[in-house]
Amino acid sequence: MDADTILLSRIQFAVTIGFHFLFPPLSIGLAWLLVLIEWKGWRTGQGEWIRLGKFFGKLLALTFAVGVATGIVMEFQFGTNWAEYSKFVGDIFGAPLAAEGVFAFFMESAFLGLYLFGRNKVSKGIHWFSIFMVAFGATISAFWIIVANSWQQTPAGYIIQNGRAELTEFWAAVFNDSTLVRYFHTVVASLISGAFFMAGISGWLILKNRQVESAKKSMRLSIVFGLVASLLALYPTGHEHARQVARTQPEKFAAIEGLYDSQTKAPLVLFGLVQDTPPPDLHAKIEIPGLLSWMAFGDVDAHIQGIKDFPPNEIPPLWMTFVSFHNMVILGLFFIGATALGIFFLWRNSLWEKRWYLKLMLFSIPLPLIACQFGWIAAEVGRQPWIVYKVLRTSDAISTNVTAGEVWFSLILFSLIYLCLGALYIYILAKKVKHGPEGSDIKEVTA
Amino acid sequence: MDLNITWYLLVGILLIGYAILDGFDLGVGVLHLFARNDRERRLHMNAIGPVWDGNEVWLLTGGGALFAAFPVVYATVFSGFYLALMLVLTALIARAVALEFRGKIDSPGWKVIWDWIFGIGSLLALVLFGVAVGNILRGVPVNESGGYEGTFLGLLNPYSILVGVFGLALFTMHGASYMAVKTEGELRERMARWASSLWVGVVVLYIITTLGTWYVATYLFQDILGRPLFYILFIVFLAALIYFPVLLGAKRYFRAFLSSCLIIGSLLGLTAVSMFPRLVPSSIDLANSLTIYNASSTPKTLMVMLIIALIGMPLVLAYTFYIYRVFMGKTVITEESY
Repeated sequence: MDADTILLSRIQFAVTIGFHFLFPPLSIGLAWLLVLIEWKGWRTGQGEWIRLGKFFGKLLALTFAVGVATGIVMEFQFGTNWAEYSKFVGDIFGAPLAAEGVFAFFMESAFLGLYLFGRNKVSKGIHWFSIFMVAFGATISAFWIIVANSWQQTPAGYIIQNGRAELTEFWAAVFNDSTLVRYFHTVVASLISGAFFMAGISGWLILKNRQVESAKKSMRLSIVFGLVASLLALYPTGHEHARQVARTQPEKFAAIEGLYDSQTKAPLVLFGLVQDTPPPDLHAKIEIPGLLSWMAFGDVDAHIQGIKDFPPNEIPPLWMTFVSFHNMVILGLFFIGATALGIFFLWRNSLWEKRWYLKLMLFSIPLPLIACQFGWIAAEVGRQPWIVYKVLRTSDAISTNVTAGEVWFSLILFSLIYLCLGALYIYILAKKVKHGPEGSDIKEVTA
Repeated sequence: MDLNITWYLLVGILLIGYAILDGFDLGVGVLHLFARNDRERRLHMNAIGPVWDGNEVWLLTGGGALFAAFPVVYATVFSGFYLALMLVLTALIARAVALEFRGKIDSPGWKVIWDWIFGIGSLLALVLFGVAVGNILRGVPVNESGGYEGTFLGLLNPYSILVGVFGLALFTMHGASYMAVKTEGELRERMARWASSLWVGVVVLYIITTLGTWYVATYLFQDILGRPLFYILFIVFLAALIYFPVLLGAKRYFRAFLSSCLIIGSLLGLTAVSMFPRLVPSSIDLANSLTIYNASSTPKTLMVMLIIALIGMPLVLAYTFYIYRVFMGKTVITEESY
């Protein structure tokens, strides 16, 4: 296959998944926060909680819709652009996608309709149950997607025969080496995304002196929720995920951690400049000796293989993985610091006067989503040059009957559509937020 | 019945389910182009508001099931119909976000733009789905090694366009019968009239399309008379088709809508019966066709998937049914509406 089509298809996949992946984490996080808010609204009957439910419910609807619309593309793209991949792994890879549809999509979308349109049609208990099912369904949905993707990272439960990968053990394929730890890490990252979204908007409402009583409630809720999730993202999920990568995908581990020479007492690199052109190297390092060996294997003397000792055609792009991974970690630490600080102010009873803090949270809204993107890039680019680790190369996975011209067309088409969608999403979101929770008080609009 | 046949049936049920459900909301999208004022346009959108998203999931699940059960078909058809599929996806995205975005900003110009995108997106999706079905029926250029040898312009042949137009008429009729259930007064009567007039078009186009099918895809008729299911489905189809205008005339709109569901279900069922066991007939040589045996996953995977379906689908049907019941009755515009 010619190199153009491969590169273009990869760019197209990156653009479409990158854009899509902004929305599901936000939806999952917001949905769980709404489960709590609607619970309070239902049990206490307080107007502030009910208004918050309606307000953030509308923002969830908008986010969810863009997520669904862009998600359709993902499912079809395996067939359109990666036909050889689909034929090769279809026996294993299709099942989790179908399971996602059967177990999760129907649940999410059916109950989202009930939640958004059914407030006055069903009992309060059923209405609460509907947002719970939306959150639950979205979280199950994430599970099956992570199953499919983790199988690409650490394939299991299959044999290669008849020119393809055939399933031998379903549960081994589902719970392969990386599934659970990646799943929990992704879910807590989603919860952080939802928490910062809510905290930022609550901060803005307080700054603008709008519905302050409601906004204080959602601010408190979201920073506590955000701190718990941020801590879980670091430990155990983040830490265990890194240990799993060290064990199962040593090339990726060396690339993201910036380890170039094989050694015992391997250092943890805090900063470095990657030289991607051969011979690969890392300059201007700031490192802590022995820490990487200890963190990865619980032993300072553990031997870890460096980039220079892997075959050159089996190592991932170095700059991109190193930079993405480190930026994700920096952001992760910031999330802990920012939410902990907020709780400290809350404890000192001074949070509402700290206008700079409220502003900081407002401008931090996109940061967890950016961290999700970094994490995803580290995971996916770190898997290269394999589409299925050590089983199938990305370059052998492309559709053989699709031309570079066709992919150019669709790439430009989707880039333009997504650019518009992104701009419209932000524009409408801003409008809705400016409209504020009080907008939700307007009753029955005459038809 | 072996696993491959079971999965032919299950993928068929999912895709027919998709056609019936998303079919009416795409049809409503087309009719929305002819709505007379803002209130009517909102009624169109809100009539499908709580359910369109769930309806679209049938496509996603059908696609996933096709991938899992018949990966070779999934890969060959989707890469073969590359540009056409990209246009379908664009249309589906456009109409989905139009529904969500339209009501969010209170400006007439904004609404006009999204109204057009919603209507044209729905129309384009219906036509393109029909064109895709037409191409599958007449056969796709699949060579002996299962490779696709067609072009985008090759997809736009007269027969497939005919099927596209037939599909447009059929699903717009379906949408009109749904709207007749969900609305009141003058709009309701107008929708019933739309459904009646489109019915005439559907009957005429059905006859022309069947003759066309006989001409371009004779193989579909070869074994059909030996299959008992053919007779059952054909009787259901004829009965529903004949009964539809009668029910409309009697103002039994809900029954007319059910009858329209039956028309679509039985017609697609007939198509599936006549194609069996082929999934993608080859136009180069029928022997190259992708069938439920040479394009399938392993029995192991088909079995696992069957268990997943048997656990999952009853749940899906239960809450889909529940939600349709909650939103039964006339569409009214409230604070939660689009």
